[in-house]
Amino acid sequence: MATQDETDMGIPLPEGASDMIETDYTIGQDNIETQIGPFGLDIHNPVFLISGLSVVIFVLYALIAPTQAADFFGWLRPALTSTFDGFFLTAANIFVIFCLLLIVSPYGSVRLGGADATPDYGYLGWFAMLFAAGMGIGLMFFGVLEPAYYFGTPWGDEPLGTVRPFAEDGTLIAANVEEAKRMALAATSYHWALHPWAIYAVVALALALFSYNKGLPLSIRSAFYPILGERVWGWWGHVIDIVAVFATLFGLATSLGLGAQQANAGLEFVYGIPSSVTAQVVLIVLITLLALISVIRGLDGGVKVLSEINMVLAIGLLLFVLFTAGAVGIFTDFFATIVAYGQEILPLSNPIGRSDDGYREGWTAFYWAWWISWSPFVGMFIARVSRGRSVREFLTCVLIIPSLVCVFWMTVFGGTAINDMIANVDASAVKANVIDSYSPELSLFAMLDSLPLASITSTLGIVLVIVFFVTSSDSGSLVIDTITAGGKIDAPVPQRVFWCTFEGLVAIALLIGGGLGSLQAMVISTGLPFTIVLLLMCFAIFRGLQSEMKA
Amino acid sequence: MFRKIVVPIDLAHADRMESAITVAADLAKLYGATVCYLGATTPTPSSVAHSPEEYKEKLAAFALKEAQVHGQDVTTHVVLSHDPTATLDDDLVKEVDEMDVDLVVMATHVPHIGDRIWASNGGNLARRTKASVCLVRAAG
Repeated sequence: MATQDETDMGIPLPEGASDMIETDYTIGQDNIETQIGPFGLDIHNPVFLISGLSVVIFVLYALIAPTQAADFFGWLRPALTSTFDGFFLTAANIFVIFCLLLIVSPYGSVRLGGADATPDYGYLGWFAMLFAAGMGIGLMFFGVLEPAYYFGTPWGDEPLGTVRPFAEDGTLIAANVEEAKRMALAATSYHWALHPWAIYAVVALALALFSYNKGLPLSIRSAFYPILGERVWGWWGHVIDIVAVFATLFGLATSLGLGAQQANAGLEFVYGIPSSVTAQVVLIVLITLLALISVIRGLDGGVKVLSEINMVLAIGLLLFVLFTAGAVGIFTDFFATIVAYGQEILPLSNPIGRSDDGYREGWTAFYWAWWISWSPFVGMFIARVSRGRSVREFLTCVLIIPSLVCVFWMTVFGGTAINDMIANVDASAVKANVIDSYSPELSLFAMLDSLPLASITSTLGIVLVIVFFVTSSDSGSLVIDTITAGGKIDAPVPQRVFWCTFEGLVAIALLIGGGLGSLQAMVISTGLPFTIVLLLMCFAIFRGLQSEMKA
Repeated sequence: MFRKIVVPIDLAHADRMESAITVAADLAKLYGATVCYLGATTPTPSSVAHSPEEYKEKLAAFALKEAQVHGQDVTTHVVLSHDPTATLDDDLVKEVDEMDVDLVVMATHVPHIGDRIWASNGGNLARRTKASVCLVRAAG
């Protein structure tokens, strides 16, 4: 008897040529499928257990020996970024050049998911998810802080040793103002434009290529197949996946804990709600609950919807600041910043012969390590939602467009803050909270304070901070769940509930017991080994695309 | 009585599908209905297939084998689900509605691991679609 295919119904299936990797590995072959009470489990052995246990052990270490942990990681992170600053800068430059070359090369026409694959998500939902997972919370925190800091810092962190706008007695030096502002916005853009997005793009492209086109599981280890071969299914692969889970979970949990403190500081500034551990724990519980609802509703019904809400709110705040602070002036600043970014990107990314250690080691290398330590999570999430795009389209949309959006955001928020510092040298709340006394968590609210309707916009700011945390938390839980299920995206619901809850609990434990700062330093330290991993990924992508072109 | 019978198939647990498939085949013969196997897969590689295309081929091969066993034509239909853990229920309801199905015959079993994939989906289908739903426990 013959079977026939009902091609006239349902979702058309992507198809077309792609060059699958032949391997004996079956996805899920190392998984433990079992039933505990009413809960089904489908977890990778040993990645799930070792990741979970090592997180518990490090939390206990930070709680039992807080001073030692703080001393060690407090030393390790700056030691790494100041010793290996040249390496970080060079590697990030390689990622940018690699991505830009791929856009213009013939390899750009390779389609993720096979030659005839169609995108799973429209542009709007896709962009919303890219930003919400990878950068949203950073834009809220650093949008005012970083440009304002570079503009006015008297402590030797000025980018490329540029001129200072304030004299020692706090008065304005008119001749230096323009140049200091130009460099502050260019130097901030350098940290938020091509380089970070190239870091995310490399990881995302590697995973998307090896999963959608090569048929390997959606897990970090798969990108290493061209280098390690069948060994990726053994301990080599286990270690890669475990470190990725570890960095993601601690990255999310520590920033959740620190973020709760910041949101609390904002609430105190705006509403006078005093900072207390109780308030912060309530915030973490709230964020975790929202993230739980989102992961249970899933990628389409939860994460995507929240990301879109978030994008609308962020655009609302952006437009408000843009128009109340003077749209014409800001648009002029925006084009000036693009030009300045183009002029300064080479000197800023040059790793040798520089004397601006405070900026290069303290900020640039720190950022690179930070982006890279987040790249397994963000990269894997981007890969998950990018099927059906061509490599050229993918890189343009993950690299060029987000870069422009970030430069614009920084110009609007940072430019407004800098203008306020210039116009009100003595009374500027931004200057008081960034330069005179360093209270980074208040910088955004101090800037909003200089504009009309501050109580409404500050409230919107706090809501945005919270929702951005929710969107990082839910997408992170999905990523960890997939890695710890050996690349399966259909693992039972209790597993994603577990990771999301676990992350909140780790944040609360570290918040109450201390150790948020030291473990965040530890996470950023994982940026160093991951830099090597990312360099290898570039090679793997190249090899993968080569074989794909032949197919 | 029935024109079109759909059997949701979980290829990862194909061995547990036999009772439902037999019931569907017998009912189809009785009422002169057509039978369609409905499978769901993910865009990412899974334990069953490395790509949606491969899944489609595997489901077709499975259908061919069963068609020979039961002496009856079988069509196949594949749903692509981004996030089956969260949305498989909704995806199934949508497909069953769109396919204009009279009867869904589904495998289910005394609660254990496979349940998470198909078990509650049966109840959900009965609640949310016009189709009749027949849940079949695995033999033994």
